[in-house]
Amino acid sequence: MRYARTHPLWLAYVLHRVSGVALALFLPVHFWVLSYALTQPEKLNQFLSFADQPVVKVAEFGLVFLLAVHMAGGLRLMAMEWLPWSAPQKTLAAGAVGFAFLLSGSFFLQVISI
Amino acid sequence: MPEEAEKLEVSVWRGGADGAYETFQVPAYENQTILDVVSWIQQYADPTLTYRFACRVGMCGSCAMMVNGRPRWTCRTHIRTVVQDGAVQVGPLRNLPVIKDLAADMDPFFDKWVAAGGVHSPSATRHDPMEAIDPQETDRAEASAGIECINCSVCYAACDTVAGNPDYLGPAALQRAWTLYNDAKHDDRVNILDAVSGNGGCHNCHSMGSCTVYCPNELDPMSAIAGLKRETTRNFFRKRR
Amino acid sequence: MMNLHLYMAQRISALVMAPLTLGHIAVMIYAVQGGLSAEEILGRTQGSVFWFLFYGSFVVAVSVHAAIGLRVIVHEHTGLRGAGLAAFTWGTGGLLLLMGARAVHAVTAGGAS
Repeated sequence: MRYARTHPLWLAYVLHRVSGVALALFLPVHFWVLSYALTQPEKLNQFLSFADQPVVKVAEFGLVFLLAVHMAGGLRLMAMEWLPWSAPQKTLAAGAVGFAFLLSGSFFLQVISI
Repeated sequence: MPEEAEKLEVSVWRGGADGAYETFQVPAYENQTILDVVSWIQQYADPTLTYRFACRVGMCGSCAMMVNGRPRWTCRTHIRTVVQDGAVQVGPLRNLPVIKDLAADMDPFFDKWVAAGGVHSPSATRHDPMEAIDPQETDRAEASAGIECINCSVCYAACDTVAGNPDYLGPAALQRAWTLYNDAKHDDRVNILDAVSGNGGCHNCHSMGSCTVYCPNELDPMSAIAGLKRETTRNFFRKRR
Repeated sequence: MMNLHLYMAQRISALVMAPLTLGHIAVMIYAVQGGLSAEEILGRTQGSVFWFLFYGSFVVAVSVHAAIGLRVIVHEHTGLRGAGLAAFTWGTGGLLLLMGARAVHAVTAGGAS
């Protein structure tokens, strides 16, 4: 039998871990593309026009969401660990996800409104 | 029992680490705990079934098992709250070696209790006058929050960090360390911070909170560990200055 | 596999990144209006000490943070420990730092005209 553990803070932990791994995998690609800026700007532009496709825009929305949710979730953890108030953890965890949707949502609205 | 009772389908872990589940038909009664069901199997179906219990009233902490994949104190959990379609699965505690059947080897659990600085070292002898402790004081309130721990290891079995990192001291031992750290009558309070700062210490905790969700005594080890992180952090900056 | 020092490095780098991340997201929301081009990005960043310090500290902090984070995950999921785990941590941090430094150099160096 699988170990049963699905509860809100466990899901918040999984979300933090998955978003962290995804961001860590994305970073080298991000750095590699940007490093073309000086030597071969036309390659960077090629990439940026590739990023104009709708599918890529949705993927970008996902990346911004991961970044925002990892940051908000991390701030929640540090508040729990270091600040004397810590009770409504489930509410704060939900708030972190909501905040991430808000940020990445406004990013998404910008990319699609051309 | 007067009439033929309904049957429960109870599958129970048999053997050691490479064992398997064996299913028994157990008569269902109106009032029945998981421990009652396990005892029925041992008394009426298979006397070789190995399991551990003592007090049967939620005091001794020896009867914890995995029930439908969740760690529980079996003597205080009614079968009705866990049974699904007339069936229930009972296994040995997670994250500990299996000795046989439902008995897990508790040695790692208690070794970590000691490694976290959990052995009380009195600050005074019997010849000294008794120290007056205000029960409302902040430190004492923190210490009092953790002393109801019965060492059942439910939190230890619930923790994914323990599962992934066998060196991790785990919620029960760290909560014990936090209790002693806040206990004015404990002699060795600063050393506790060192004991919980090593490779298996409190900083491995990811605050997933399964310990707090599953603790049968409704204690809050996750917050106790957060307290240790806070104090070790404070101590880290204090030492620098 | 964490101890107090790794924990402090992890949390301090996180604290450094929190405002930088907010700033980065704000820049992205602003910059993507009307699409992106290399010229637009470089026009903003090249020769700017501010953006060099902004993204420079971002790269340093993220290298520390990601190396420690991945170290913990690799240990918990594969059981890697000891010298192998140390090599993984330093390798990850070093690679991110190197690639990040190249990227920051590429978008902020030169072109101050």
